[in-house]
Amino acid sequence: MTEDGYKVKLENVFEGPMDLLIHLIRKNEVDITDIPIALITRQYLAYLEWLKRMNIDFAGEFLLMAATLAHIKSRTLLPSHSSDADEDPRLEIARPLLEYLQIKQAAEELAQRQLLGEDTFVRPPSAPDDWGDAGEETIHVGLFELIDAFQRILENIAPDHRVDLTTERISIKDRITEIVDVLEAKGSITFTELFASESDKSDVIVTFLAILEMVKLCLIRVAQHLPTGIIRLFYL
Amino acid sequence: MENLKAIIESLLLVAAAPLAVDRIQALLPQADSREIRAVLQRLASEYSERNGGFVIREVAGGYQFRTQPQYREVVKKMLQPSPVRLSRAALETLAIIAYKQPIIRHDIEQIRGVDSGGILRMLLDRKLVRVLGRREIPGRPIIYATTRQFLELFDLKDLRDLPSPKEIEELGRPPRQADGESAS
Repeated sequence: MTEDGYKVKLENVFEGPMDLLIHLIRKNEVDITDIPIALITRQYLAYLEWLKRMNIDFAGEFLLMAATLAHIKSRTLLPSHSSDADEDPRLEIARPLLEYLQIKQAAEELAQRQLLGEDTFVRPPSAPDDWGDAGEETIHVGLFELIDAFQRILENIAPDHRVDLTTERISIKDRITEIVDVLEAKGSITFTELFASESDKSDVIVTFLAILEMVKLCLIRVAQHLPTGIIRLFYL
Repeated sequence: MENLKAIIESLLLVAAAPLAVDRIQALLPQADSREIRAVLQRLASEYSERNGGFVIREVAGGYQFRTQPQYREVVKKMLQPSPVRLSRAALETLAIIAYKQPIIRHDIEQIRGVDSGGILRMLLDRKLVRVLGRREIPGRPIIYATTRQFLELFDLKDLRDLPSPKEIEELGRPPRQADGESAS
């Protein structure tokens, strides 16, 4: 059975140990919840041997899976002493395999949808920038313009508000989520609007850091409107 | 409004992204959102009955004119778009994020059993996946979620429009006996 070789075409090379296991389970037509561990492990190791003979480097994940399989086999052989923990040791591998199968199925379903740009198309947007009236210009803002604008907002805060270093009242992560929510709904927001509700210096700083983080992660684009000087954030 | 249908139709034609009811509502304060939704649905069914080259699809929380899939070949010939094809590995990673979001990279790799860093970067670049922030555990790993563009690409109304995990489970899982079958 194991000697009939693995005629693996290049496009068939397994993505990882899970892929290989699923292939073996299907090939042997066995039930995922009732895997013959010894048989599958033998074929699995034979495949790794084949990879080695072909001088193909395989990742450590393949070896980890081999160890897991061997461990499961050893546990099925040992008599179980505690009556409460006599769960089938093969579940350790069956559960993740089932989950992986589900995801594979989900991925296939996604691929079969009417993909935009592949199966269905929309009218290309007529203007490169979709805010403001036609003919208005925007420039891309550098870090220094952003810091200048931030400085002006800081100046508008009453001086007796001190930065409290001990408590983080709103985390940058939360602020990013909030800003993303606003941007999802509106598409864009002005720099000052973001700070409108905050009076506390630490909140302002968190918001500013959140904006910088979002720019770094390419979540947003920042542009300044030439005639008014208003800086606007766009959701990408 | 008597010509509400024509007004909304004109907005749909020029909108650069799927047009949400809220957006139309903001433009037409006199109309109420239920009315707008009803008009959109009526327009959508009119276009689908007409059986022409394009229809109105509800995607990513809004409505949008989209061409009929059966004319994809000739449309592609004209537009010559860069291919959107995603590899199997990318689709799997995207499916994990779509169903399990918000999720960290470790949990994605746990399910796939392989390193997914390169694929994640590609999905971020293509804006199908976004960073929600960092989980406050050691290493502060990045939390991933899908984007509006993901919904647009896969012609999904919203995340609830994804086939429910139940449906998938039934397809992927062989019928399992209740208990008693514990022999190896």
